Amino acid sequence: MSLFDWFADRRKNAPAVRASKGPEADEGDGLWSKCAECGLVVYRKDLIANASVCKGCGHHHRIDSSERIRLIADEGSFEPIDADLAPTDPLAFKDRRSYADRLRDTQRATGLRDAVVTGLCRLEGMPLALGVMDFRFMGGSMGSVVGEKLTRLVELATARRYPLLIVCASGGARMQEGMLSLMQMAKVSGALQRHRSAELLYLPLLTHPTTGGVTASFAMLGDLILAEPKAMIAFAGRRVIEQTLGEKLPDGFQTAEYLQDHGFVDTIVSRPELRGTLATLLRLHGSVRTPLSVAP
Amino acid sequence: MARRVLLDFEKPLVELEEQIEQIRQLARDSEVDVSQQLLQLETLATRRREEIFNSLSPAQKIQVARHPQRPSTLDYIQVITDEWIELHGDRRGNDDRALVGGVGRIGDQAVVLLGHQKGRDMKENVARNFGMASPGGYRKAMRLMDHADRFRLPILSFIDTPGAYAGVKAEEEGQGEAIAVNLREMFRLRVPIIAVVIGEGGSGGALGIGVADRLLMFEHSVYTVASPEACASILWRDAAKAPAAAEALRITAADLLQLGLVDALLKEPSGGNHWAPMQAAETLRAALLGQLAELQTCSESALLEARYAKFRRMGQVLEGAATDPAFAP
Repeated sequence: MSLFDWFADRRKNAPAVRASKGPEADEGDGLWSKCAECGLVVYRKDLIANASVCKGCGHHHRIDSSERIRLIADEGSFEPIDADLAPTDPLAFKDRRSYADRLRDTQRATGLRDAVVTGLCRLEGMPLALGVMDFRFMGGSMGSVVGEKLTRLVELATARRYPLLIVCASGGARMQEGMLSLMQMAKVSGALQRHRSAELLYLPLLTHPTTGGVTASFAMLGDLILAEPKAMIAFAGRRVIEQTLGEKLPDGFQTAEYLQDHGFVDTIVSRPELRGTLATLLRLHGSVRTPLSVAP
Repeated sequence: MARRVLLDFEKPLVELEEQIEQIRQLARDSEVDVSQQLLQLETLATRRREEIFNSLSPAQKIQVARHPQRPSTLDYIQVITDEWIELHGDRRGNDDRALVGGVGRIGDQAVVLLGHQKGRDMKENVARNFGMASPGGYRKAMRLMDHADRFRLPILSFIDTPGAYAGVKAEEEGQGEAIAVNLREMFRLRVPIIAVVIGEGGSGGALGIGVADRLLMFEHSVYTVASPEACASILWRDAAKAPAAAEALRITAADLLQLGLVDALLKEPSGGNHWAPMQAAETLRAALLGQLAELQTCSESALLEARYAKFRRMGQVLEGAATDPAFAP
């Protein structure tokens, strides 16, 4: 439900946002970048050096999965798993365009097979199972491949007794795969149940936006839940809430800060501090847990 | 009989029924023997009803699934149980009337029963929030399921919701978290879980009580990842394309059986469950007793393993896709 709402919101709001705030940071000639929030113009390479966070206003620009991995993993330590998994078109779904066409075009444009990259890495030398969703791929929507890759990652983390970090960025379920995509919510949650009962640490990091079926499954199942500043985190889209209720939405509704105030986010971590915070948390919880049977 | 809400495609059936009634009336008044004509018309009416209901489009099935007189969770519970006590509250300050539950007995078996509850008229629907559960509803369901786990009572879960409630309060109280926790914890429960889609299975709000060892669906029920109306307005950019979306999303019991997501389809009486609710309840009771008997032969560990494996298989991916340099990470 919320995937749609989110897109609808985006379409509805897009022209106004553009008119008032200028082009997105990734527009322009490639050398310079203008912040969509405060309008600050900086060298693109300076922006990237600052984890794509605006030095003027602290706005966290959207980053893709490879940049995210670079920011988290020790250099050269990330080893992808299941990189060969690709989506099918199980329902032969067609709206104004066929799902098969959309997949092919998105794969070409992004160089990704689907909306999540998974693998094992080290963070300050400590092992970590890492899943990173990529919003560029059909809004980070969760279909069979996202569900399957995350499930395998969680299972591998459980088998190796690794802590787990999933960076969430998603519009929700991928409707082109119908009920198969809804069931991925249960599948990943089931794998997390096993990781949890093995007393292993799971940290989701909620980035902009985390909505719908992802919010209603693995995003909210962390032992500790981290979020990026101002990230939109929601179950249902704002439009649906406004329409069904005619309620005026509170200030800052569905932002990371709002969720923290209401008790659903443990800590908000700005991107330049992310690696340090993760390292501290991993250290405090013991980076690799000894098997239960061996424990005294 | 209370006035029936009529769906468009039911109208020819009602016209036939009216004709039959008129002839009966005529026969009573004039002592003319009309049994031949009556038999003919009744046969015709039955045949027409079967024809119509055997060829419902997905969009029409949604109408049947949402029919205000379609039997609801509490209707079924009252008929299929031999004893039943409703239990209230999430122990966190709420009792959601859109998600009901309690303890009862079906045949020889004590069980926990729960499900979404829609209303039959506007007043009741306002009280029941149209079957859209709040976070408190999902937490109440989880509390009852934990209770079932503790006392080794199988869980019977009835799904009938347009979706989880979308509102400011629901967001503030953690609708996403409430559903997510149920998805995870239902994999932990050591008792058999049977879920039945009795009407509308609306997305995460349905799945939040739907992680089960067996998922059954009534023939004209639907289970959707998103409402066809919403899907149409996004993907087609035209809400009027909802029937096309309903078709494309594969939401019917037969489709989902074929996709391997549903274990069994429960046949409805000709004309749908609202035409013969007692017959529908009998079908449901027999199916539940059969599935319970089967599941109770499993050990706890086998049950948990099988539940995990069942969901583990869901989804379709292409493995070992040719390595294309374009896909280098």
